[in-house]
Amino acid sequence: MMRRPILSAVLCSMLMAGVAQAETVNLGITQIVEHPALDASRQGALDELAERGYVEGENLEIDFQNAQGNPTIAAQIARKFAGDRPDLVLAISTPSAQAAAAALQDDTPIVFTAVTDPLLAKLVNDMDAPGGHITGVVDAPPLQAQLQLIRDMFPEAERLGILYNPGEANSVSQVEKLQAMAPEFGFELVEVTASRTSEVMGAARSLAGRVDAIYVPVDNTVVSALESVLKVSYDADIPVFTGDNSSVERGALASLGFSYYDMGRQTGAMMARILSGEKAGDLPVGTVEKLELILNRGAAEQIGYDIPAEFEEQAVEIFD
Amino acid sequence: MSLIAFLGAIELGLIFGFVALGVYLSFRVLDFPDLTVDGSFPLGAAVAAVWIVGGGNPWVGTALAVIAGGMAGIVTAWMAVKLKILNLLASILSMIALYSINLRIMGRPNIALLTESTIFTPLETLPLSRYIVYPLAILAGLAVVTALLNRFLTSEVGLAMRATGENPRMASGNGINTSVMVLAGMALSNALVALGGALFAQSQGSADVTMGVGTIVVGLAAVIGGQSLITGRTILVATLACIFGSILYRLMVAVALNADFIGLQAQDLNLVTALLVGFALVLPRFKRRRRVA
Repeated sequence: MMRRPILSAVLCSMLMAGVAQAETVNLGITQIVEHPALDASRQGALDELAERGYVEGENLEIDFQNAQGNPTIAAQIARKFAGDRPDLVLAISTPSAQAAAAALQDDTPIVFTAVTDPLLAKLVNDMDAPGGHITGVVDAPPLQAQLQLIRDMFPEAERLGILYNPGEANSVSQVEKLQAMAPEFGFELVEVTASRTSEVMGAARSLAGRVDAIYVPVDNTVVSALESVLKVSYDADIPVFTGDNSSVERGALASLGFSYYDMGRQTGAMMARILSGEKAGDLPVGTVEKLELILNRGAAEQIGYDIPAEFEEQAVEIFD
Repeated sequence: MSLIAFLGAIELGLIFGFVALGVYLSFRVLDFPDLTVDGSFPLGAAVAAVWIVGGGNPWVGTALAVIAGGMAGIVTAWMAVKLKILNLLASILSMIALYSINLRIMGRPNIALLTESTIFTPLETLPLSRYIVYPLAILAGLAVVTALLNRFLTSEVGLAMRATGENPRMASGNGINTSVMVLAGMALSNALVALGGALFAQSQGSADVTMGVGTIVVGLAAVIGGQSLITGRTILVATLACIFGSILYRLMVAVALNADFIGLQAQDLNLVTALLVGFALVLPRFKRRRRVA
C-alpha cells in the first residue's frame, strides 16, 4: 500500500522534469579564443536564436566556455559538455569543433561555425548530407571575388603581399587556394608569415617596398594584430584588403566578403531548426552567400588613394 | 561537476602524467629547466597522427612518436652539453624550431583523427563506456611506465644520472660521464612527453600544432604541486606525486570551468585555475603551521 504514493510521486516529478525541459533549452558554447570576428559570430547566432523565440535568460540557458587559445582546455570543455548533456552544442572554430566531436559521441547535436574545411577536419563526411549529429556553417571566404576587387581597384598592381600564420589550418587552406588563383588575375604573391601576434609587425614591415598591395586572409593571429599591419600600410602607402569585413572598420581599405555576424545569424537559424525538432544530420553544411563591399575613406586618404565613385556606389558601408 | 567531466579530467590528468614524469626527469633529476616539451608534446602528436592517417599501425605510430621525442631531447641536450649554450636557452631554441618542424611533419596545422583507427579503437568494442575505459587503459600504461622509470632510476645507471643532476662535479670526479647522462636523461624525458602528445592526439581525435602551448607550465605545476602535497624521499613517492599533481591540475581546471555560479566568466578561466593551483600549494603549509601553533 505504501508503494503507490511513492510511485506516483516519482512519476509526477518525472513529468514535471519533462515539462521543465521543454520550457528551457540548454545550450553549450565552446570557442577556442575570444577575438572580434569569433565573438561577432557568437553574437549573431544568439541574436538569430532570440528572434526565433529562444531568448537567453527566459527559455534559453547558456553555458559559454572559452579555451583561452589552448586545445587541451578545449578538450576538457568538451568533456564538461559530455557530462552536462546540453540540448545543443555550438562549437566556434575548428579545434573546438573537433574536441566536441570527439567527446560527444552520443546524439547531442553539434553545430559548428567559423570552420573553413569541415571535410578535412573530419567533422562531416558529406557537405550536403552530413548524417550523424554534426552540421554547421563554413567561413570559407570568397577569394575569387576578393582578388577581382583588388584587380579592379588597382589595375596596375603586380605584387600582392599575403600575411598569415602558417599554424592556422584555415589560413593555410586559403593561401593554397590564392596561390592557384593568383596568376589568373595577374598577381605575383609575396608570402610572409607570423606565428604569433608579436611577430605580425615585423612580418608586415618586411613587405614595405616589396609589394603593391597587401591581402590579409581570415587569420586569427594577423587579424588580432591588424593595427601593426595598418601602421606599415599608412607609412608606406600600401593598400590593405582583408578577408573579413570587420577589419575595414579598424582601418583596412576595403573588403568584399561576409560579416562574421551574418555567418552567426545563419548558424543561429540552423540551431533553431534543430531545437525545434529537425535532425542535425539532415541539414546540409551552409556557406555564407551574402557578400558585402565595405570601404574605408580614412584609410584611402592615409595612403593617398581616391576611391572611384563606382565602388562607393556599390559599397554597403563606408567608414571615414 | 558531472561524472563524465570528472572522468575526463582524470583521463587528461593521466595523459599529462607522462608529461609530468618527463618534466620530473629534466627539472628535478637532471636540474635542467627544459622548455623543449612545448615542442615535443605536439611533435609526438604530429608523428603519430601522420603515421596513422597514412594508414600505418597506431602502435607503430606511437612508438615513432616516442623516438622523435627522444631525438628532440637529444638535440637540446647536445646544444647545452657540447655547444655550451645555456640549458634554458638551448631548450628555447629547440622549442621554437619544433614549431616549424611540426608544421613540416604534418604538412598543415591540424590533422583530424576522428574517424581513424587508433590504439584506443579496440576499446570501443567493450561493453563499458569510453569515458571509463579510456582512463583505465591510460592508467594501465602509465603504471607500467612509472614502474619501469622507478626501476631505471634506482639502477646503477639511474643512480649515476641522479648524481649528475645533484652534483655534476662530484659525479664526474667519480668517473661518471655526465655528458652522456644529460643526453640520455633528456632523451628519456622528451620521449615521455612525446608519448603523452601521441596519446592526447589519439584520445581527443586531432593533432594541432598549437596544442603544445603551456605544456611546460602544466608539467611544472604538476611536479611542484604534487611534490609539495605528497612528500617523501623515495623515487616511487616522487613519481607518484607528479602524477597526482597532474590529475589535481586537471581537476582544478574542471572546477574552474564550473565557476560561473560565482559570477566568473569564460575569460577568467586561466586566472581561476592559477588561483586554485596556488591555493592547493599553500594549503598544506597553512595547515601545518596551525598545527604547530
